Amino acid sequence: MHQTDFNYQRKDLPAGFSKFGFAFLIIGLILAVAAFFVDQSRAAFNYLVIYMMIVSIALGSLFLIALEYVAGADWSTPFRRIPEFFAGLLPVLFILVIPLLFLNHDLFHWAHEEAVKQDKILEGKAPYLNLSFFVIRTLVFIAIWVLFYFLLTRNSRKQDTTKDQTLTTKNIRFSAAFIPLFAITITFTAVDWLMSLEPHWFSTIFGVYYFSGTVIAALAAVTLIVVVLKEKGYFNPWITDDHLYSFGALLFAFVNFWAYIAFSQFMLIWYADLPEETFWYLTRWEGSWVIFSLLLIVIHFVVPYAMLLSQPAKMDPKRLKFISIWLLFAHLFDLFWLIMPNMQPLKKGYVFSWIDLVFPILGIGVVLTIFNFIAKKENLIPVGDPKLKRGINFHL
Amino acid sequence: MNKRLFGIAALFKTPDEIIRAAKKTAEAGYQKYDVHSPYPVHGIDRAMKLKPSKLGFITLVFGLTGSALALLLMYWTMSVDYPMIIGGKPFFALPAFIPVTFEVTVLLATLATVIGMITFFFRFPENDHPLHDTEYMKKVSRDHFGVVIEASDKHFDESKVREFLNSLHPISLEEIYYSEKETYPVLEPKFVTLLILVALVTSGVTYFSLNKLLYMQPFTWMMEQPKLNPQQPSTLFADGFGMRTPVQGTVARGFLPYPYMGQNNPTEVLQNPFLPTKENLKLGEAKYLTFCSPCHGNFGDGDSRLRGQFPNPPSLHSSRAREFSDGMIYHIITNGQNIMPSYASQITREERWAIVNYIRVLQRAKNAKSSDLQVVNKETGNNASN
Repeated sequence: MHQTDFNYQRKDLPAGFSKFGFAFLIIGLILAVAAFFVDQSRAAFNYLVIYMMIVSIALGSLFLIALEYVAGADWSTPFRRIPEFFAGLLPVLFILVIPLLFLNHDLFHWAHEEAVKQDKILEGKAPYLNLSFFVIRTLVFIAIWVLFYFLLTRNSRKQDTTKDQTLTTKNIRFSAAFIPLFAITITFTAVDWLMSLEPHWFSTIFGVYYFSGTVIAALAAVTLIVVVLKEKGYFNPWITDDHLYSFGALLFAFVNFWAYIAFSQFMLIWYADLPEETFWYLTRWEGSWVIFSLLLIVIHFVVPYAMLLSQPAKMDPKRLKFISIWLLFAHLFDLFWLIMPNMQPLKKGYVFSWIDLVFPILGIGVVLTIFNFIAKKENLIPVGDPKLKRGINFHL
Repeated sequence: MNKRLFGIAALFKTPDEIIRAAKKTAEAGYQKYDVHSPYPVHGIDRAMKLKPSKLGFITLVFGLTGSALALLLMYWTMSVDYPMIIGGKPFFALPAFIPVTFEVTVLLATLATVIGMITFFFRFPENDHPLHDTEYMKKVSRDHFGVVIEASDKHFDESKVREFLNSLHPISLEEIYYSEKETYPVLEPKFVTLLILVALVTSGVTYFSLNKLLYMQPFTWMMEQPKLNPQQPSTLFADGFGMRTPVQGTVARGFLPYPYMGQNNPTEVLQNPFLPTKENLKLGEAKYLTFCSPCHGNFGDGDSRLRGQFPNPPSLHSSRAREFSDGMIYHIITNGQNIMPSYASQITREERWAIVNYIRVLQRAKNAKSSDLQVVNKETGNNASN
């Protein structure tokens, strides 16, 4: 299918984006505020889950954009705008992180000065795990992400009108600079916001573990939007079965990558059997958490693996739509499993509360609203990108 | 002998041309044709209207076979045939088996894929294919792309095919004929000699590297470490022993030190922390039968099974033994008494207390009161008073 002439007409996004986004945002916001009044600690932990989910989608999307430039990929050019819109959540992190910084006392054991004084290990970690350094790190990392978000997307948008090919070269350089910074910042973000919830515990592979889930979440979000918009005719005929197959293959690859990393982390700790490492898993084996731990394997690996295994499955739009929603849930479930057992009252087992259901609503509201807010001003396809034609004619 | 036509081949210079040619050939209705290129060309499957390959099923079946075989082997060797405790892990230690299962799965799946591809799809050892040793094959395996329409096709008509291929503007056309030779033996002397040579070189190199090379510098550096193996003498310590006893007062994880070690009649001993529950008594019975019964007898009568090779201990039913406190019996098991050695390293704390409870049961059974019999009769419904 050689597309020689390219006619792109800008169309408004489906009305559902803004309607649902706004409704979810308002309902989520009201319920979340109510949750904070009912049980501040539980709401704080739940808010952290959804904050990390948004970081995953936003930062993972920026990583996908940078990856396209660095690898010289052209298959992803036709839909590169979708991760660009998702990465637009990065500047919003500055606002979203504020409540968490104020709630540090509820979240982090190491933020209690009197507890640190009685604990030799925490005292030793205090030069790194202290509130001022923590806040500085968090803000600097978000600033780095936002900087590269603006650098990369500004050039990409400028290209729509100027068709200037040197902008792609510039973006390749920015991306090459971003990727090592991304590796460092995402590792420390995972350590700061997830691992330090249990400040006595350590795992050197933890950053990679969070990264694997991040890429799955971002890929799944992009796949979902692309398939939905393709069904509604926004991407016809530019996104073909070959593109869909590549989505399926990438998702499949990262599902395996996650399982590989998650198992590596578990097996080394299980085999060495050192009490200072095993207690983290034992907490997640306590009471009803054992069900969560076992379900995580099924939800995050077994089901998506089986559903994406065969070749036709990887390019079936219906299957892809289902599995990307599934994988977004799986990442949320993974974060829930990482974060919630650190809450003191839940250490002995999971106890249900309506608060756990509130924050995903808020999350969907924030993501959809921001996505729609950015997307409605922009072209859905980077019409000036020199790689676009090759991307549309992409064949396996 | 007449030359028999195999097909007509056309050569092209670029991958775009070959995709167009493949598409046109498929559209013209030819079934028996093939496309050759020096590297995989993107989009050629669709241009040729090929069905998805069935090779994946071979991979799947053999991959699953690999997983099952690996798990079965480890289950049989590690859990059934010769169970060994390694690192305090259970006999069937699934997490430890997963890497091996994964490797065997991948190994069997890849081997089966390659072998399946060669045998089913390339019809190994078909070495008399007419395309072998043709100018065409030399070019398409280097820097050209080609399409061959075979003479066995339903629609094959020499002049029409020539006309059709010419309409695609190829660089050149070539007629391919079946070979005049009848057969090509696989086991030619040259080939067999080559196989033997390869076998000799491979085994020679393997023997040399495993038996000689690994014992040369620098490969031996891993073995020559400045450390002591068990039982080796030491030049560092004054007593010359390489194996050191732990620092005094060292306590192993999960163990409590026993403060009355070496005392014959400690003034006070420990209290029994375990109730004689059914499970506890079962444990005590098992451990008693294993460790105590060889000398003390199955019922504590002191009738050893050792047939005089070791002095018989006194009965556990003597009034002295019955008046021992629980703690005293525990102390004797832990510390030893007279000729009886300490069992502290063989029997755990909990098991020792369970044995104490079980000995109490034996003593009570040998010196039962009539009230005990009434209880037994009530529970079993028997009349055992006689």
